Order: sequence, then structure tokens, then C-alpha cells
Amino acid sequence: MLDREQVLHVARLARLELSEEEVERMAAELSKVLDHIEKIRELDLDGVPPTSHVIDVVNALRADEPEPSLPREVILAAAPEPLHDGFGVPSPGAA
Amino acid sequence: MSDLVDLTAAAAAERIRAGELAHADLFEAYRARAAADQLNAFTWVADGPPAGDPYEERPLGGVPVAVKDLFCTEGVPSQSGSRILEGYRPPYTATVVSKLAQAGAPLLAKTNQDEFAMGSSNENSGFGPVLNPWDRGRVPGGSSGGSAAAVAAGLAPWAIGTDTGGSIRQPAALCGIVGVKPTYGACSRYGMIAFASSLDQAGPLTRDVTDAALMLRHMVGHDRRDSTSLEFPGEIALPRAEALTGIRLGVPEELTGDGGGVEAGVRENFEATIALAERLGATVEPCQLPHAPHALSAYYLIAPAEASANLARFDAVRYGLRVDGEADLVSMYSRTRDAGFGPEVKRRIMLGTYALSSGYYDAYYGTAQKVRTKIAEDFQTAFERFDFIATPTSPWTAFELESKTADPLAMYLNDFMTVPMSLAGIPAISIPSGLSDGLPVGFQLAGPAFSESRLLDAAYALERAIGFDGSEARK
Repeated sequence: MLDREQVLHVARLARLELSEEEVERMAAELSKVLDHIEKIRELDLDGVPPTSHVIDVVNALRADEPEPSLPREVILAAAPEPLHDGFGVPSPGAA
Repeated sequence: MSDLVDLTAAAAAERIRAGELAHADLFEAYRARAAADQLNAFTWVADGPPAGDPYEERPLGGVPVAVKDLFCTEGVPSQSGSRILEGYRPPYTATVVSKLAQAGAPLLAKTNQDEFAMGSSNENSGFGPVLNPWDRGRVPGGSSGGSAAAVAAGLAPWAIGTDTGGSIRQPAALCGIVGVKPTYGACSRYGMIAFASSLDQAGPLTRDVTDAALMLRHMVGHDRRDSTSLEFPGEIALPRAEALTGIRLGVPEELTGDGGGVEAGVRENFEATIALAERLGATVEPCQLPHAPHALSAYYLIAPAEASANLARFDAVRYGLRVDGEADLVSMYSRTRDAGFGPEVKRRIMLGTYALSSGYYDAYYGTAQKVRTKIAEDFQTAFERFDFIATPTSPWTAFELESKTADPLAMYLNDFMTVPMSLAGIPAISIPSGLSDGLPVGFQLAGPAFSESRLLDAAYALERAIGFDGSEARK
């Protein structure tokens, strides 16, 4: 089902740097789960609308009014690298 | 001290409000038990109640609550069972936790859980497994395993958890307590660290049905911070039914037949409970939920898909763990996420990312959402003839630690009877219905959207007739 190349492709999309061992295990485990799940593709679902929301609600609107937010220093307190009143990150372009 | 712990939460609240019991004494009795916990049920325990609250005047009387780790609690570790959030102290509190505190239920402790609520045994916690108080060699169920074990063992008067595909009901069943998954939207999800947003619901884990009703009454309601939350129609009533006269129960063949792999002891107990319901005046008939056997497959596409999107926020930028990469942003993301997430979380992120990826979206996610529509229609049709649907909560009683960890698919089968209700967004309750080989069995009742008061009433009548004694687990 899922081969090594597919696992590596999906891992790249998911931003997961899997170890060699994890790649092997993931290919086997995901294939087994997908084999089981595949059965739903045999159902006749022509004309069935996909669920968008389970409880019948139409919309949820509110007035767009500015409100105070949490102070900057409170938010930055949890950041791994607070920098110049913002979040520090490595350069997206480096390496 | 021990007689304090024998009181249900509702009875303790009543005594405090009547001036017969000091709320601080009750808090201290539970705090001491929680601090001495041997089950690994907690990730944090409070020092004492917030001072100065007039608890005697509040409806919940100061009876403290244990809260699943994934609810944000201001200044208190909230890690969703994950090492990627180890030590994270949020700057705000989840709405349901604030509402309970407002009603007079202060925070006692945070409870251990499967990482990001992904699991049915609590063995996926980044902080170690929780043990079942009925047998410490067995799992408490999951993902709200810490909450269930804490209530069953009398380490907390009551607790809250979350249920995405069974994560309140299944651990409640395996630990011999009551668990309620409310209608989707009944409780605000604001401040819950998200797993699958179209399924996640908060709900009570309690010693009996009355406690569950009392707690749920103070959890529901629209919250402007969660636009999927709804105004609950009317107040949740405290249950008082003594019979089930006129109640029509449907027993879905698809969920109680051989397909679910129900253990013999669980089946026997279920049949005995159905017979009891008939003696209480209910009429019981088989019913059909033709698409229910496909619910598990749909669930294991929809929930991982939503999880893969929700967990994209763990990027080592704003909070949580950071592992440095090779000086660039993407390798920092990828290494942090590989180091911080456990195996089951990675598996589900991979599954979800795959199901949403280009070329597969319609075949997997799209198909699953159509199956979901059919499952909801099956329930609607059934509720034209029946008041409630009855099934066992879990195909098995509590299983031995590590007995199912090697096979992810076998573990997923735990959710066979609980996932259909989650996909349909309808409320369901699990009550303890007896023991099988010394281990608790759960009985599940599900009703139409917003039928919580009626559901609790029926569960209460059954609870009285069953007369389950959970005191063994509190010793």
C-alpha cells in the first residue's frame, strides 16, 4: 500500500523528520490501517452530501468590534525565543 | 476523612450549602488523597482552594473538580499529555473550567491523558500510563484515563474530560463510573487543546448520574469565544425517574452483534441490563443502523485529518518545545515535531496528512464525510421509532497494560460502539452496569441532539435498579 517514498513525501508535508526506523514502521502500520479503512470506498454514496456540520446551524455572526487582547509580554512569556518584542525564528532561507 | 470521600459530589455540595461541612475540609481530604496517588492519574495537584470565594452560596458548594490536562488553566501546566507542551502554563482558562469555578467547583488537579487525546488506554501519555484502580495491572481506558481513574479511586469527587470518539465514555466504562458525551456544541471548546474540532466535546466523569447532571448543568451554554457552541435549550434537569415506563429502547444489531467482537462477559451483562430495563417498563426492540459498522473507518479518516491540521500549530515558535535544526526554519519545525510527538500522534498526523493530500482528498476525506452523513441519517431514522439506542460502551472490560500496544488497529477497535454517536454529534452516556470477572462493564445509552435531560433521567432509573457498588475501587 504505502511505500517508503510515499511515507517520506507525507512526512515532509507534515513537517516530521522521521528516523529510518520510524519510516519503516510507519509504512507497515499505515498500510494496515488504510487496508481496513478502504472498505468504505465500496459503499454506494452517489448523491450523498458530505457532512459539513453535525448540528443544523446556519451561521454564527457577531459585530466586528475591537477588544483588548492579552498583553504582549504575557504571550511572549511562553515563547522559546522572544526577540525584539516578537518571536525569534531561524531564517527561512538559510541552509 | 474516609466518610467525606464516600459522599457523592452532589451530597457533599448539599452538606456544605447547609453549613454541615466546611468546603476547605472537603478540599483538603481530596487534595491529600490526590497528592498520595499511586495510579499516575495526575499531572498537577493544587495546594488549596482559591481563598475568599463564598462557596456555601454557590450551587456546587466548593466541591473541587479534577480537569483533564488538555483544558487550558491559567498559570497551571496544561500539556495535553504531550512532551511537546511540557511545562506549558497558558495565559488563560478554558470556558468550561471557568464556568465550573464560577458555579463553585474550584480546580483540584489536572489529570493524565493519552497524548492530544489520541488513545483508548492512556498508554500514549507522554507522562506515563495511568493504572486502573480495580486492577493496577490493567489500563483505565482513554483518552480521559486520568479523570476516570481519579474519580473511581476517590482521588477526586468528580472530573471533566473530553470525548472525540469515546474518550469519556470508554474510560468511564472501564473504571466503573458515569461518563457523558454531550451534544456537539453543548459545551464551549474554547481553551481545549484541539484534537478533531468537528468531534471534540467536553463532558463530566462522575460517580453517579445525579453528579453528572449537576455538573453538566453548569458546563453547557453558548460562548462567544466558540462560534460552534450553542445555547442549550432549557436547564439540564436533575434526574428523578424511578421507572422506564413508555421508554422505547432500540438495540442496534450492527453494534451489538458479532461484528463488534464483544466479550462474552460484556455481552451477558448487556443482556441482563436490557432485561432489567424491560422490568422497569421499557420496551426493547432490535433496530438497524446500517452504516454504523463503517463509522470506525470514517472516524479514522476524519479525526486524523482534522488533527493533522490542528497540530500544525506546534511549530516551536510561540510555545512549547524547540529543537534546533540546521540553521533553517523547516528543519527546526521537523526536528522539534519528531522529538516532541509520541508514536501514536505521529501515526495520526501521517494518516491525516495523507488523507488530505493532493489526489487523495476526495477518495478519503470526502468519502468519510459522506459516510458520516449516512450515519447521522441512520440515527435520525432510528429515533423516529425509539427514544434511545442502547449498546455496551466498550467491547471489552479493562485490558492488561501493553496487551494491545503492538497493534494500532486492534486498539482502534475499542471505539467501535462509541464512534457512531460522535460522528452524528448526538449525546450519549455510559453507566456502570455490573462486573465481569471483577472488572466493571459499561452500558451506553444514546439519544437525539439535546436530549440530555431525558437521557440522564433514563440512566438514573437504570442506575437505581442496577445498584452498582464502586466502593471497592476507592479502598
